[in-house]
Amino acid sequence: MTARLRWIVVLAGLVIALLLPRLGVPTFYVSLLTQTWIFAIVAMSLDFLIGFTGLVNFSQAALFGVGAYAVAIGATRFHVTAFVPVVALGIVSAVVTAAIFGLVALRSEGVGFIIMTIALNEIVWGLAYQWVSVSGGDNGITGIVRPAVGPFDVSANTGYYYVCFAFFAFSLLLLMLIVRSPFGLVLKGVRETPRRMRALGYNVWLYRYLAMVISAAFAGLAGVLFAWYNQFVGPVALSLDQSTQILIMVILGGIGTLYGQLLGAFIVVFLSNELSAVTQRWEMVLGVVYFIVVMYAPGGLVVLVPRLWARLRGRRAAAEEP
Amino acid sequence: MNGEACLALDGVSKRFGSLSVLEDVSIAIRAGERCGIIGPNGAGKSTLFNIVAGELPCTRGSVRFLGRDVTRLSAHARARRGLARTFQTTTLFPRLTVIENIVLALQASSAERFAMLAPRGRYRARDEEARALLDRVGLTAHADSPVDALGYGDKRQIEILLALAQKPKLLLLDEPTAGLAPADVSLVTEMLERERGGVTMVLIEHDMGVVFDVVDRLIVLHHGRVVADGPLETIRGDAQVQEIYLGGKL
Repeated sequence: MTARLRWIVVLAGLVIALLLPRLGVPTFYVSLLTQTWIFAIVAMSLDFLIGFTGLVNFSQAALFGVGAYAVAIGATRFHVTAFVPVVALGIVSAVVTAAIFGLVALRSEGVGFIIMTIALNEIVWGLAYQWVSVSGGDNGITGIVRPAVGPFDVSANTGYYYVCFAFFAFSLLLLMLIVRSPFGLVLKGVRETPRRMRALGYNVWLYRYLAMVISAAFAGLAGVLFAWYNQFVGPVALSLDQSTQILIMVILGGIGTLYGQLLGAFIVVFLSNELSAVTQRWEMVLGVVYFIVVMYAPGGLVVLVPRLWARLRGRRAAAEEP
Repeated sequence: MNGEACLALDGVSKRFGSLSVLEDVSIAIRAGERCGIIGPNGAGKSTLFNIVAGELPCTRGSVRFLGRDVTRLSAHARARRGLARTFQTTTLFPRLTVIENIVLALQASSAERFAMLAPRGRYRARDEEARALLDRVGLTAHADSPVDALGYGDKRQIEILLALAQKPKLLLLDEPTAGLAPADVSLVTEMLERERGGVTMVLIEHDMGVVFDVVDRLIVLHHGRVVADGPLETIRGDAQVQEIYLGGKL
């Protein structure tokens, strides 16, 4: 795709995203799209680790969930409800959690790292599930109210849709900036060949640690938005299932693409909601979709777009030949 | 350096369980020296490099670099002090472009490596520096291709170029010409020749032609021990060395 075409696609996407709630789309779908923005943020945060740093982190849901629980606990126990303090609280909670996770999990690499992050996610889930006095246990915490964003009331679905979209766009731009920076190049070096990075004088551990912490800020932000979206937080939000689902979004969308995560989140959110109305076995269908993507588009669905575009152009060019 | 050696190994031993790979190795290399390490497969040459570079801890002994004890320093900390190395098997960043590979080596010691809120395009000077280096080996045409797409000979040159880009005080070269076609071997030899008088160099090599062209001093390792160490000409004529390493002919 040419640079100009890319800009046209981005602008068209932006206009559609901004107009959708005004076009008479049913509220149900507006709220599913809101969910899509939220999950796209956490999926991008994971893609930042997997696709750019080479760390497959299974504790992303824990960070997401910690952000969400921070909102709930802050609101119900400490009366922290204003917009900016809550966002800051959620992000800081997730970042601190990741800072501790990193100290433990980064003692190992590869498969060892994956297993450590699974264990860490389970620990946080166990806390949420069993520390009833703080987390409400299985019942979770209800009674979270969306605050006003400056002069805007976002208690209605449409208003909240815009909040989540704005955060998604901001996160995407910020992450794209980071991966294109000199620091981003270092992360890619760590992903490719840690041994050479050490020989060049890079403290590989430190860069992995920083990447985990940066990633956690976005996961925590998504968690905050999720808590406001549902106005409820339960242990499911930080289950290992949730971590796996985020990973599936990343693989469906395309590892190392960032913007592909929007597609991944869209598919998982819409499939889970639409199909669960039809069948309880919707996860089986997701499994089939996942299988097909891994088999036929291992680079993710988003890489199919330029390929289809090229084929379309090829066909058109062929038709124009005399 | 007040007469202190650039690199000094004192009684370095390495055991893997009951297997002794290095046995009481003591070597001192002066600044500006070009030293070759030869020995049959399994003599412990690469293990020695890994210990000097900080990738492996030694079981006993100490490593001093530029007058400081670095025995307990990590690999990256030693690299920051001016120690660079290449690898026997090409160890580059395959999916990054040639320029990006070199930039990674160049920015390793600059604060720029932590800059995360400005695109790399802002650091045009760094790219120019990388291009200039690439120009020296005549690979400018490949600047923007991923390293993976390069031929083996080109990759081996980039392997060395990365280490040179670190502007090291000591350069460890682990079989730089391994697996190269004769034409490419001479390219690598020329590249190392050009650095003569500059960087201190330690070279592991099986190709005696390259060794004779590049080094002035030769160390022979056998079963983890230094069996000969001296000027190239002396070692060349050493009967014991010819016996164990060259099977009696040279």
